[in-house]
Amino acid sequence: MRAKVLFAMTMVSVLALLLSSCAPVTVTVVQTAPPVVQTAPPVKETVVVVPTSPPSPVTYPREETLYTSGKQWGPPTSWNPLQPGSYAMGVIGLCYETLFLYDPLKNEYIPWLAESGRWAGDKVYEVKLRQGITWSDGQPFSAADVVYTFELGKLAGVYYQPLWDWLTKVEAVDDTTVRFTFSEVRYQEWGNTLYSVAMVPKHLWEGRTVEEIVNGPNLPPVGTGAYLYETHSEDRMVWKRNENWWAIKLLKRSVAPKYIVDIVNPSNNVALGLFLKGEMDLSNNFLPGIATLVEGGYGVQTWYDDPPYMLSANTAFLFMNLTKKPMDDPAFRKAMAYAVDVDEIVVKVYGNIVQKANPTGLLPTWEQYVDPAVVSELGFSYDPAKAKAILDQAGYKDVNGDGFREAPDGSAIALKIIVPFGWTDWMESIRVIAKGAQAVGINLQPDFPDFGGYWDQLTGGTFDMAINNFGSNLSDTPWTFYFWLFRNPITEKMSNGNFGRYNNPEVFDLVVQLDKTPIDPAAMKAVISKIQRIQLTDMPAVPLWYNGLWAQWNSTYWTNWPSAAPEAPKYLPCTWNGYWNMTALLMLTELKPAK
Amino acid sequence: MGRYLGRKLLIYLLTFFVAVSIDWLIPRFMPGSPVETMLARFSLRADATEVLRSYYIRAFQLDLPLWQQYLNFWSALFRGDLGVSTWLFPQPVFEIIKRAVPYDLFLLLPAIVLSWLAGNRVGAMAARVRWLDNTILPLGYVLTATPYMWLALVLAWALGNVAGLFPIAGAYSFAVRPHLSWAFLLDALWHWFLPFLSLFLVMFGGWAIGMRNMIIYELESDYSRYLESLGTPRSLIRKYAFRNAMLPQITGLALQLGTMVAGALATEIVFAYPGIGYLILQGVQNQDYFLIQGCFLFIIIGVLLANFIIDIVYVVVDPRTRLGMTGE
Repeated sequence: MRAKVLFAMTMVSVLALLLSSCAPVTVTVVQTAPPVVQTAPPVKETVVVVPTSPPSPVTYPREETLYTSGKQWGPPTSWNPLQPGSYAMGVIGLCYETLFLYDPLKNEYIPWLAESGRWAGDKVYEVKLRQGITWSDGQPFSAADVVYTFELGKLAGVYYQPLWDWLTKVEAVDDTTVRFTFSEVRYQEWGNTLYSVAMVPKHLWEGRTVEEIVNGPNLPPVGTGAYLYETHSEDRMVWKRNENWWAIKLLKRSVAPKYIVDIVNPSNNVALGLFLKGEMDLSNNFLPGIATLVEGGYGVQTWYDDPPYMLSANTAFLFMNLTKKPMDDPAFRKAMAYAVDVDEIVVKVYGNIVQKANPTGLLPTWEQYVDPAVVSELGFSYDPAKAKAILDQAGYKDVNGDGFREAPDGSAIALKIIVPFGWTDWMESIRVIAKGAQAVGINLQPDFPDFGGYWDQLTGGTFDMAINNFGSNLSDTPWTFYFWLFRNPITEKMSNGNFGRYNNPEVFDLVVQLDKTPIDPAAMKAVISKIQRIQLTDMPAVPLWYNGLWAQWNSTYWTNWPSAAPEAPKYLPCTWNGYWNMTALLMLTELKPAK
Repeated sequence: MGRYLGRKLLIYLLTFFVAVSIDWLIPRFMPGSPVETMLARFSLRADATEVLRSYYIRAFQLDLPLWQQYLNFWSALFRGDLGVSTWLFPQPVFEIIKRAVPYDLFLLLPAIVLSWLAGNRVGAMAARVRWLDNTILPLGYVLTATPYMWLALVLAWALGNVAGLFPIAGAYSFAVRPHLSWAFLLDALWHWFLPFLSLFLVMFGGWAIGMRNMIIYELESDYSRYLESLGTPRSLIRKYAFRNAMLPQITGLALQLGTMVAGALATEIVFAYPGIGYLILQGVQNQDYFLIQGCFLFIIIGVLLANFIIDIVYVVVDPRTRLGMTGE
């Protein structure tokens, strides 16, 4: 009997402990929406966006819902389009929209909120907005909103602040015309801005404090876009179709899925499991071995049916620290370029879902900018004999007979190549690179610090060699690529780009010159060719492979996916930040329910 | 009694201060900085990165000298402000924990308490029934030695993927919006069952083995022998033995409950079950000082509270503690 009483007492105290430690915590799981009967309410004319209120069904019909994953690495926490790295899946693209979209496959800017845009003078750009666009609260979208959005760039902490270094003023000429006046014209950067900065509603934002504007979560978001905020929880973000979206009337386009449920990236086993069970439609996760499933008839589809299966999204570079010996020697760097067997990485590490990079590193969508003459003269490919010859000639010889070469001055060479621990594909790839270097007599060992350590070494300039690709992303212009690769000035901390600290004012000037070149392939090619010549002569970093635009889908519930197949739509099947406005949104207008 | 508790309380306050200071210090020993890691993840255009870098370093006050950051941390803590997460920017740490912890409690509280009750019962029975001992003992050892992750994977594969009886991910169907209804409740329970089961089984093994061994030890001890030689009925001896054997189990239970806010990392990952475990892991990987501090603060509070309650409970359950307090 006593024992039971004691049990009870322990339980009571345990409960007390729980309640005391988490008193305000308990209720969040169940939100307050009242149980609603399945019959959908009639759609009203004006849509009021309050996160929990308008009675929507409690279950999303499978055939009307698109399940995605790949963008969210943690619970959704921000719906603020001014927080470019933190915002939840789809905030820019599905909810907030840009003046233009950009189609990388056709290299075309698609007028979106803007009807057209043109250089109205030497340093004046004029945007004409579409008439009849409304915010999801029913207010009209106008030139005042555009002016307001760009003016926000004057606030510290807004990511497009650098724009104001060369932008003088933004003014609304009338309700649908916006005029930008520049002190200096940077065509490439402007093109990039036009499709990446999303418009926010002045009437809702102007009352906010700077703190709220820059650091607020902005919930619920009110945009012009095709989707409305429906709900979110720890493991998902849910969007609901905006039945009053402007493009339905103005462009005769509408998005097919009524709901989009984006699932916070689960582990690979769960992602594959959901995918094979048909519970996930589009996965933008890197799933090693996906090629086997594509080939094996599991109903898994990718952009191409054969290698490389995926489109390319960015270029992985081998960065070498030019402030250290022997990486300061161009001959040594060239030898490294010849010593890396990229094909082995493509086949063995990635199972053919990536592509070997062009010696210039320019993505396949930028192929037209590759100067074949420069590449055939200065390009490289895997050739250990050539690597050895270069090293021999430059005076790197094995003096002490330990199997590894010493520097021309006789000092030993012992180098490390780093990638973050846990990035398994990169970890395997640097094993291949180290093996290749060792085969030509360079003592290079792979090393795997945790991400913080890796990033610290890379940005602080204490590394020897490292893999990185963070700024080589697909965009409308190779300028972004070179701007990252040749980031300058060289400072103590290189936060983003030119990690090897390659210091060459000539190429830095060319990058600026490229920025000021109008968006015209012929003019751009002339500058880019010069950059390529310097790049391949000095070889500050070695382009290795193109990381894929990881995308695999399942046609059980949705069909007409974009792909390389002749009759399929040609849009990017991708939910990552920055891709909705690179035509992924248009993919949603092409999808068709399978049943 | 009052002096005993007062002394204990003082020790706990001191421990709290030291533990929280260490909690503040340790993340700062890691190479790199939260803002750098945060920006690396953004993969913005290079000029935008610079702009945000200098802004965030100031916003998170990482430009202040360390001693000042430390003082600010304590003063904010007393105002109940745990700071803003860098990984889950701009969410306040307290909000993040508040949203995640209910899932852990929902999962872990039943798993710990039920496994403890069942484990003790079965362990005690095993100690006196030979055939039960022969089956429970090896089974218990196997269960308790099983890594949580492995058992979870096996269950997810067998009952989720192959048999298709249970879902393999999420806290409730991805097609459902949380609402109050039986259907939703059942759905949540259906998603909860496998993670629960995997935790329950492993914990059950541990408790059962512990109890069984303790009982045998108690039955072999001098007082049991003495009672036996006095001719005391076996059932009474067993009752005494059970009570004594309970003591370490109660401590174990309290400690388990105290660390409950730390979540169950492996289980949460295998079943993609939301909870604090994954957040702590990501917090560490993203060097999110503020999130790490916040999570560990709750763990520290949990463990200390649990210990404190145990101290009180012991006064009630164990007469020897009472004797120690008033005896001298």
